[in-house]
Amino acid sequence: MCLSIPARVDKIEDNIAICTVGKSSYNTSLELIPNENVQVGDYVLIHTGFAIQKLDTEEANNILSTFEEFKELNEEMDREEQKHNTRII
Amino acid sequence: MKYIDEYRNKDIVAYFANQIKNISTKPIRLMEVCGGHTMSIQKFGLPFLLPDTVELVSGPGCPVCVTSREYIDRAVAYSRVEDVIITTYGDLIRVPGSSSTLEKEKASGADIRIVYSILDAMLIAKENKNNRVVFLGIGFETTAPSSAAGILKASTAALNNFFVYSAHKVMPPAMETLIDEGIQIDGYVGPGHVSTITGKGIYENIPAKFNMGVVISGFEPVDLMQSIFMLVKQFETNDPKVEIQYSRVVKPEGNVVAQQMLEEIFEFRDDWWRGLGILKNSGLQIRSKYEKYDAEKMVSVEVEETIEPKGCICGLILRGEKKPKDCGLFGKICTPSDPVGACMVSSEGSCHAYYLYNR
Ligand code: SF4
Repeated sequence: MCLSIPARVDKIEDNIAICTVGKSSYNTSLELIPNENVQVGDYVLIHTGFAIQKLDTEEANNILSTFEEFKELNEEMDREEQKHNTRII
Repeated sequence: MKYIDEYRNKDIVAYFANQIKNISTKPIRLMEVCGGHTMSIQKFGLPFLLPDTVELVSGPGCPVCVTSREYIDRAVAYSRVEDVIITTYGDLIRVPGSSSTLEKEKASGADIRIVYSILDAMLIAKENKNNRVVFLGIGFETTAPSSAAGILKASTAALNNFFVYSAHKVMPPAMETLIDEGIQIDGYVGPGHVSTITGKGIYENIPAKFNMGVVISGFEPVDLMQSIFMLVKQFETNDPKVEIQYSRVVKPEGNVVAQQMLEEIFEFRDDWWRGLGILKNSGLQIRSKYEKYDAEKMVSVEVEETIEPKGCICGLILRGEKKPKDCGLFGKICTPSDPVGACMVSSEGSCHAYYLYNR
């Protein structure tokens, strides 16, 4: 119950966003984020039927892009895992 | 954009594991306040990636777990009233009360319906005008705004057969009380979704007063590892502060609209927490202006006397003093299919998370 999930907004009708998470779709009230100007294609965090925040795509990409350089390491670990047939992480 | 996949990226997790190893020189004990964190930490086996110097303990941030038996007993009592329909989040239904659970009451005929949102509960009220519909409002600052929004809507729509039974709680008093009472920790992994609503201001007291840091964290392995890294770094450089790791969601000021809605509907009251007892101004009760929607005021019932379960140390676990494995009932008498205490029922409860991932 306390979990919140990020979901993509597919459609907006009145103050309700229709969002997809995996294969399910949810009706999500936008009344707790009236000033966020949510558009189709945005990601929102859903909690008990309400969007409680719009996700900041730029921020999300920022932290991840820092780690591009570790791609190689990742591939190496994949090879290690395959070689030993065990999960490292 | 694949949020989830990338935040589970193993090279980033490994990178932080390494960084933590590199900078950690002295023992540090960190508490993850939020039950969602506990679940993630156990599920992804993060403790095994950390050096011996870093210990994680879980805290009181599972709303179902800290809710009193008295609350369940009263909810059970409501469910036995002829014209009452109980609407509740699924987590609560199996939590043992003194002599029954909502699940048992449902099996013996009570009208108890699991809803995903308070909006669904209100729909049930609209469709069943001859019944009184009681919604069980539990949860912290993350969940309370949806209850507030619901009550506001009910009042605009003059929905007169809809009532909220509030056990909503706020996090900061619990976090401060734990330290006040001498629980040995060196920093908090701060609750990400509570902070989405509140912002970081509610924790500013903690570094100043207790000389320890708070890092507001997301829920994926990368988030948690980075947050732990940030806390270890603060600790090693003796620079405790409130930081936001989960910046893709949490704004420093939080969700102001939701805060205003909380303020409009609720006021603070002293409230009881499992493991912590009564904490000043830690609970949210419905203001008298909206008492028409307050189940405690409007739906009267007789409630049986509360009896606590023998042998359950859920309270000590919520204080970070014991781990689930220290409980004699863990995994033997108490299991997710036959839980003794609330910590085993909720998927965010420590006992449940340990049972699934770290037995
Ligand atoms: S294992 Fe069960 S009985 Fe033991 S502390 Fe956890 S919930 Fe309570």
